[in-house]
Amino acid sequence: MIGKGLLQGLAVTARNLVGSYHDPDRYTTIEYPEVKPALPEAYRNFPFLVAEKAEDPLGTLRCVACQICEKECPPQCIYIVMDRDEKGKARMKPKVFDIDTSVCMSCQICVEVCPFDAIKMDQVFEIATDERFNALLLHRDQLAKTNTYFHQIHPTEAAEVDARLAAEKKAAEEKAKAAAAAKAASAKPAPAAPANPTPPPAPAP
Amino acid sequence: MTTTSVPSSESWLEVAPLQARDALLGLLPESLHWIASSVLAIAVLVGAFGLMFAYLTLAERKLLGRIQNRPGPNRTGWAGLLQPFADAVKALTKEDIVPRDADKVLHALAPVSLVALSLIGLAVIPFGRHLVAIELDAAVLYFFAAGAATELSIFMAGWASRNKYSLLAAMRALAQLISYEVPLLLSVVPVVLVAGTLSTTAIVAAQGGWAAGFWPHWHVLTPWGFSAFCLFMIAALAESNRSPFDLPEAESELIAGHLTEYSGFKYALFFMAEYFGMAALSAMAVTLFLGGWQAPLGWLEVLPSYVWFAAKLLALLAGFIWIRATFPRLRIDQLTRLAWKFLVPMALLNLANAAFWSLTAGWSGPLQAVRWAVSLAAVVVPFLLLSRSLFSGLGPRVYRYAPS
Repeated sequence: MIGKGLLQGLAVTARNLVGSYHDPDRYTTIEYPEVKPALPEAYRNFPFLVAEKAEDPLGTLRCVACQICEKECPPQCIYIVMDRDEKGKARMKPKVFDIDTSVCMSCQICVEVCPFDAIKMDQVFEIATDERFNALLLHRDQLAKTNTYFHQIHPTEAAEVDARLAAEKKAAEEKAKAAAAAKAASAKPAPAAPANPTPPPAPAP
Repeated sequence: MTTTSVPSSESWLEVAPLQARDALLGLLPESLHWIASSVLAIAVLVGAFGLMFAYLTLAERKLLGRIQNRPGPNRTGWAGLLQPFADAVKALTKEDIVPRDADKVLHALAPVSLVALSLIGLAVIPFGRHLVAIELDAAVLYFFAAGAATELSIFMAGWASRNKYSLLAAMRALAQLISYEVPLLLSVVPVVLVAGTLSTTAIVAAQGGWAAGFWPHWHVLTPWGFSAFCLFMIAALAESNRSPFDLPEAESELIAGHLTEYSGFKYALFFMAEYFGMAALSAMAVTLFLGGWQAPLGWLEVLPSYVWFAAKLLALLAGFIWIRATFPRLRIDQLTRLAWKFLVPMALLNLANAAFWSLTAGWSGPLQAVRWAVSLAAVVVPFLLLSRSLFSGLGPRVYRYAPS
């Protein structure tokens, strides 16, 4: 009958009107500045540098200023200067670590190439500033954030990184121990060296 | 706002507007009363409907938002209640652009005349038992004459803009408005026939009282009245350029139609006129079919009559918004076909139906049941036959490539 479809349409809109007041599945609006959206764990935008300790973030950066990320960065938004002592010997940490977020395209390549898990992706998306150049150029003191923070924003990835780092550290310690033992054994004249074989190296993660 | 004396037997709420008017008039000398009374009526009408327009825009945006599962404007003031005033300030401060080749006089005159013509219809609406600005013997005729003149303003706007889109839209608007003028008027004729008068106050008075103590004598509660009410509301939707009949401003085809070359406050005036026209037609529908200011039940008369009128008016306006939120726009051929092939024949048959109803007014007892049955059949049978024959073969569209 003519008009049945019209009434069905009116019923649909009426259901939406009433449902939007009590059904959260219908009413999906988040009133953003007051209510922050719950970001998915895999959400990422700009990189940050992982530091071990909150009280001394710049001193405990994992970054060793190897400059791989600087070379790999497609838009070349990373700038690193190695920290050196008076004799010109590298201190294995960055003196300058800048990321220009106006250039960064959030590709995560820096994170993928970093052999030290020192640079990871952040979740801070409210980066609007009233200044065009310097405010968007982040320095290492702004970039340094603790491992605890990393655990908060990306728990799965952080746990995996921590487990791998712990395993590597353990393997390195055991290797050092074995090397020390082997050294001690070779220093001794005793011929019992094959009786104390070195443990197999830990499998590469 | 007529100069009838204040009856003393009614509740003070019912007569409060009259007493307020008399108190204000008392401040002026006797010789100025006739003009002061009219000016007061105009001021109250423009003020009340202006405020209603402001909040209707907000209500529309809120309702549309909720129907689309979003909150609608809720930032300006408490829960968005100051939004209409923010919009007004915005419209007033915008640049008023007039095209170089436009007819400057007509271009400026069109929105003003549209608002004026949309407003003057409100003068004959009885908003309450004692609240009617002017009591005319041919009030219904006056109302529709004033309403029909708005078509001229729309064509004026389209012509004066010197823009192809505007002109096409104005011609389209004329085709639409003239098409729908016919069923609009034909659906009103039965009411005039049965009530035997063109005066709005008399039509409302004729709808007073209750059959069997609970069934109001409203025209909408009779078979012919219900049919006429539906026809009237469909035609009113088209007359006020509201969705789904908003072809003259179909943005996908005509940018904004006759509004293309308007900006700032003139644009706001068009917007205002649309809502005034909608409110005026709804007020007329309330007057003609929904019993005007009459309360639905006897004991509900404790509320003053103008409250009942406002409630019915707002319910109809909410219906307009609901319909806008639901239906997609018609094509121009569908629009005119609906008017000439469906609404006009239905309205003509309904006229005969109303004639039967008024001839059988004396029937009672079992004959009353016969009267209702015949009248109902005279609505339902043509409706079914017409809709079957007109819309057969159009039915559900088969999509060859899209998954159903």
